[in-house]
Amino acid sequence: MSRATIDVWVGIFVAIGLGAMVFLSLKAGNLLTTSNAPGYRVEAAFDNIGGLKTRAPVKAAGVTVGRVESITLDPVTYQAVATLRIERQYEFTRDTIASILTSGLLGEVYVGLDVGGDEEMLADGHRISKTQSAIVLEKLVGQFMLNQASSLAGETK
Amino acid sequence: MVSLSSLSDEAASLTDVTFGYTPSRPILSGISMRIPRGKVVAIMGGSGCGKTTILRLLAGQVKPSAGRVVVNGQSVPELKKAELYTLRRRLGFLFQFGALFTDMPVFENVAFPLREHTDLPEPLIRDLVLMKLNAVGLRGAAHLGTNELSGGMARRVALARAIALDPLLMMYDEPFTGLDPISLGVVSQLIRRLNDALGITSIVVTHDIYQSLNIVDYIYFVAAGGIIAEGTPAAIRASTDPFVKQFVNGEDDGPVPLHMKAPPLAEDFLGRMGV
Amino acid sequence: MVNGLLRGLERLGAATRKAVTRLGFASRFLIAVLRHTPTAFLRLPLTLREIYFAGVLSLVIIVLSGLFVGMVLGLQGYDILSRYGSSEALGTMVTLSLVRELGPVVAALLFAGRAGSAITAEIGLMKTTDQLQAMEMMAVDPLARVVAPKFWGGVISMPFLAALFSASGVFGGYLVGVQLIGLDSGAFWSNMQAAVDFQLDIVNGIIKSAVFGVIVTWIAVFEGYDTKPTAEGVSAATTRTVVEASLAVLAADFILTVFMFRGV
Repeated sequence: MSRATIDVWVGIFVAIGLGAMVFLSLKAGNLLTTSNAPGYRVEAAFDNIGGLKTRAPVKAAGVTVGRVESITLDPVTYQAVATLRIERQYEFTRDTIASILTSGLLGEVYVGLDVGGDEEMLADGHRISKTQSAIVLEKLVGQFMLNQASSLAGETK
Repeated sequence: MVSLSSLSDEAASLTDVTFGYTPSRPILSGISMRIPRGKVVAIMGGSGCGKTTILRLLAGQVKPSAGRVVVNGQSVPELKKAELYTLRRRLGFLFQFGALFTDMPVFENVAFPLREHTDLPEPLIRDLVLMKLNAVGLRGAAHLGTNELSGGMARRVALARAIALDPLLMMYDEPFTGLDPISLGVVSQLIRRLNDALGITSIVVTHDIYQSLNIVDYIYFVAAGGIIAEGTPAAIRASTDPFVKQFVNGEDDGPVPLHMKAPPLAEDFLGRMGV
Repeated sequence: MVNGLLRGLERLGAATRKAVTRLGFASRFLIAVLRHTPTAFLRLPLTLREIYFAGVLSLVIIVLSGLFVGMVLGLQGYDILSRYGSSEALGTMVTLSLVRELGPVVAALLFAGRAGSAITAEIGLMKTTDQLQAMEMMAVDPLARVVAPKFWGGVISMPFLAALFSASGVFGGYLVGVQLIGLDSGAFWSNMQAAVDFQLDIVNGIIKSAVFGVIVTWIAVFEGYDTKPTAEGVSAATTRTVVEASLAVLAADFILTVFMFRGV
């Protein structure tokens, strides 16, 4: 095996190895469009975030416009405060409603933004005032059962 | 310091050297020998008597627990690693089975020391390698792989590699082991011829008495950690020393007993039955 | 009874002492090898040659294994995900499994078997046939000339191999999910892209594979250099390389995973 042949093979090897890394970064990791896009942060407080996790998408009209950067518990109000990082090119009104939604019955949990009619726009550090918490399945079922029971009780009376 | 006169006529010497891999079991105890410049000296003795250890001491691979080891006027145990490596460039070493690099063809094996230690241009390296191979009669084998060589050829290629940098001192570790009679003659004649043609000094560690008597200038017999006999081949042939006679004639019993030390026969065989 | 217990404890103690001593030797060996790093990079052809043997020659096994693992993940993942009506998450599942865990780990295990054992056997054989000693006698340090290039060759090859494994695995999952089962290609990729994070998943995967590369190659060169110079010695050392490297990779994977993905 001559030195030149080895050089060529090692060159091919490194090239396709790098190619694989680039493929994973761009095609699977979506490096260019999400992580590096400049953005601004807004906060949203929820009574209950359900299954929301950091890095969950933030969507408006089904389009991903940002990600959940961190989730903390406010020690005073006992509300969950989610910090949303939204891409710079998207602007939302101050009265935007943030709600925690689930795609499908058991799909991923995300934050949905519904735009209002305010003149002023959200900027870095603002807090979204109108929020809608996650629908917790157990509570929903519990409420449904309670309603059923009371209506049944009404009929028998 | 070594005096100027000893520098000029001594390629290497051991003075009162004691060495053991474990302190409790010394392999060499207080051994002294001189290797005169330009001569072929044989170090002989039975298997495991410490012959190879002497070469390792001279090459600085191991350090003596006492005594002086001097090669080319330098005290080997005191050398730092870089100095030791500088010294080793002037030493040639032939391993028992050649120790050729199996991942390189013959040519590259011989070129190895040149490529490692010199910045010679490729055409010059090629000429030097072919010259060295020619000296051992294997210029035609330059393109072969090491796996295509017979045992004797491999040892000659290794010899060409060992002399690639024109050493001052050649050391041969059991160069005759496992060779057919023809290869044996070729290798032993080569050792002598190269020594005289290149003006180097050679130390041959071996237990092959016949080849040694034919080619060497001086013989040291090593046994039990010391030198028990020494002399020129003629003196050795005429020696009446019982050990030398046993060694030269290949007798099975003598000062070196056939049987290892053991309890008397009756005790060993009957004793156990008695219990 | 007490005697037996005592003897058992004594043996346990001796085994521990031996293991720790060996680890000490291996660490000192690694430091010595690292000190010769400049040689490995100044004489680049030596290291390129080792990348050829460790990396290029492992290409086929890595790409094929990755492809098959990805296809199996596609089939099994579809079976499980479709029970929950979320088969569109197949791309996410296949890719995350590969880049986070299977890519680095399985590639490292294959690498230990394919390249690690070869490195050990080659160094061990060079030692057994006096080649390393011969080199030393020619005033060439075998650590610099043989071991350091092999070490760096392996360390450099490993992340590329792991990335190739993951990439061909993702492609295998795509083949099964989209081409065979007939999921929507757009959903497959977009779900994956929404869920896979560059920093967390891909960079961490590459870091993992680099760590595994160091572990496997370190064990391989050490076992080779430490070989008992006999035929059985070489075969025993080769076996030890594969066993120790595999265990070490899996243990290190657990530790790295704890630090990288805990609290996510």
